[in-house]
Amino acid sequence: MENNFLLSAVVYLAAAVVCVPIAKRLGMGSVLGYLLAGIIIGPFVFGFVGKEGEDIMHFAEFGVVMMLFLVGLELEPQKFWKMRKMIAGVGTSQVFLTTGIIFIATLLLGFQWQAALAVALAMAMSSTAIVLQSLKEKGMLDSEVGRYSFSVLLFQDISVIPILAILPLLAVAAPEVVDGHKNWLDGQPGWIKTVSVFLAVGVVVAIGRYLVVPLLRVVAKTKLRELFTASSLLIIVSIAFLMEQVGLSPALGTFLAGVVLANSEFKHELESDVEPFKGLLLGLFFLAVGASINFHLVGQQPLLIVLSVFSIIIIKAVVVFLIGRWYKLTATSNVLFAIALSQVGEFAFVLFSFILQLNILDRETSDFMMAVTALSMTITPILFLVYEKIILPRYAQTNPAQSDADLITEKHNVILAGFSHYGSTIGRFLRANGVNATILDNDPERVDLLRKMGFKVYYGDATRLDLLESAGIESADVFISAIDSPEINLELANTLRKHYPALPLLIRARNRMDAYDLMDAGVGHIYRESLESSIRLGVDVLKQLGVRSYTAYRAGQNFIRYDEAALPKLARHRHDMKQYIKNVREQIALQEELLNNDLVATPNSNDHAWDSQHMRETISRQS
Amino acid sequence: MSKILILFAHPRLEKSRANRSLIDVIPTTPEITFRDLYELYPDFNIDVEAEKELLLQHEVIIWHHPIFWYSCPPLLKQWIDMVLEFGWAYGPGGNKLSGKLIFNAITTGGAPEAYAPSGHNRFTVAQFLAPFDQTATLCKMVYLPPFLVQGTHRLSSENLHQQTNDYRLLLQKIVAGQLEPSIAKTLTSLNEIIQPVNH
Repeated sequence: MENNFLLSAVVYLAAAVVCVPIAKRLGMGSVLGYLLAGIIIGPFVFGFVGKEGEDIMHFAEFGVVMMLFLVGLELEPQKFWKMRKMIAGVGTSQVFLTTGIIFIATLLLGFQWQAALAVALAMAMSSTAIVLQSLKEKGMLDSEVGRYSFSVLLFQDISVIPILAILPLLAVAAPEVVDGHKNWLDGQPGWIKTVSVFLAVGVVVAIGRYLVVPLLRVVAKTKLRELFTASSLLIIVSIAFLMEQVGLSPALGTFLAGVVLANSEFKHELESDVEPFKGLLLGLFFLAVGASINFHLVGQQPLLIVLSVFSIIIIKAVVVFLIGRWYKLTATSNVLFAIALSQVGEFAFVLFSFILQLNILDRETSDFMMAVTALSMTITPILFLVYEKIILPRYAQTNPAQSDADLITEKHNVILAGFSHYGSTIGRFLRANGVNATILDNDPERVDLLRKMGFKVYYGDATRLDLLESAGIESADVFISAIDSPEINLELANTLRKHYPALPLLIRARNRMDAYDLMDAGVGHIYRESLESSIRLGVDVLKQLGVRSYTAYRAGQNFIRYDEAALPKLARHRHDMKQYIKNVREQIALQEELLNNDLVATPNSNDHAWDSQHMRETISRQS
Repeated sequence: MSKILILFAHPRLEKSRANRSLIDVIPTTPEITFRDLYELYPDFNIDVEAEKELLLQHEVIIWHHPIFWYSCPPLLKQWIDMVLEFGWAYGPGGNKLSGKLIFNAITTGGAPEAYAPSGHNRFTVAQFLAPFDQTATLCKMVYLPPFLVQGTHRLSSENLHQQTNDYRLLLQKIVAGQLEPSIAKTLTSLNEIIQPVNH
């Protein structure tokens, strides 16, 4: 048995470690990588894992549970209140319209109305896990599409509570008792279940507020980090357990708990403790989804399955697209918005197993629906890929610079990648000085705005060589990258050094570590966010303390020069300490080295300019 | 009654005993505006419009600075370059400063004897100040001899105290309108108004 466990662990981990990097390399994103890995090790390809895939899935659903806890934690009541209109507007219309259309379609296929409604409700859900993960990898969580998608997903997550409450009322026959899956409420009439659902929600809120926070305070006082981790897991697991006992989704319970704890002082500790577990289990969940696709069933009725998958995707996408239209999203954003939410989500698995338990659907139909769900989830990353490689480039080409190419743009060909806060400041400054940079950005809303403002903007991923070429990189005088992500900047620097070694690169670095990486990549002009403005603040502190402003100013300038000069030296030195694996430890070591260096070098100690006191002392010593 | 604008430039005031003492005695009165240029413009980015406006509001201008390498500190030169605009301070239509009195209030590390043909600086203070004289003249201002605190490297506290007191008295006299330009122009330094010397 133990051997078996270890073997499965090896299979799962190996599949993930092999498939995910390959998928990422091919530009497919990690979610598709996990899903494919699951399919490959599943019973229908290599068969490394068999029926136990379902057990794993049950276990891995915990990834979803943790993810929702984190989503809840992120959701401070004020933030939620700010988004309420968007959530209510976009969210309700998506859930109601989609449910309505699928309900009618399934009725027409000859389902009973109760079954049709149950199916429609389950199918209306999208996958929070896939969408958030994919948008995060694309750096688009904060874009317009990101916010709209988040609102819809949030509303869906919340609406699972009433849906789970309503489902028992739809049960036509006495629920079949699933072996080994008894809970406290089995055999109770529907209305008791409905009441208990609301009761359980109340209990979670009360526990979160009056029990968990005092408990965490006690634990925090012990200063044992692993104990805090244990408590975080205990909170999640016990709430999940309670929820299962009343037949509610554990994910929802933890989501609620997250919301309740979002305002507590432990928010960030909880986040960082749960995050790694979430990542691992979510990966496992996607693997399990891949492995559990019943290709046998697919083989039996391939046409029907394929047809169902595509009709569901099309119905969901069209509904979302129309909502996006109504809210006046731009065409490209809207396509992405529609694609993002077109799959059936992980909650459908939860709902379908509940529906099966309630006997609303028979096993065969529910298996069929689960296969449709899993396939639609598998297709989403592929749709993202199609969007990125086919739809986007087309948009970029059919919409070449609409602004008048004036003389300045012709003369100074400056390319600026990334127009977030950092980049927009650069762009505004250059424009104020008559240099209109060509901008690359991956936020469709922003691109639209900038186009209207007369900027020359290309939409898309700046690391793509074809996009860079259409932006005119061959004739560029200077290339600026103001992109937030250090990884993307590094990739960009490597691409450009390889293909355009003569092009001057000016690249933003978040900190010293990023600067080292960029130096290794051969970038000469590196701008650390954490340098100038920190020094300016420090200079102002000196002034507040009574230091003359010119002296403080020079001290700041000297420090910047000294720090920049020390950078290449320390960068070389860094290669000697490669044994440090953990990033955090490396940073601490670095800080120590810097502080020691400052002591020895003291950048301002030799400054005797205009120092008549020093002269007086020297003269009086001589005489 | 004359309003005085003191344009003070010292890049390292915290290390200058003489200039700190001189600044300390400047009377606090609405008639005197004291501008610490290095404190205001540490990045040398002078607000030209504000400086021009101030010039218009005052009748007497003082360039108050130490002598470094036989000239003023760089920020004061920057001030001259940027504020005294063509067409405003000089050139066609450039007569906004016409008739205003202006002089340098300066400190030198070297003693008075050093500033003579026979001294080791070879030239007189007036010779070194020729660029300021001509700048003022081009702007149609009346350039007066400087107020001097010399030999600051070896000056005793009592001596310094006496000279700073002279500075205060001079400023008070100017505010009271008791400075006669035609007489002042004949002197070697404005110190002589307070401490007359016998020729």
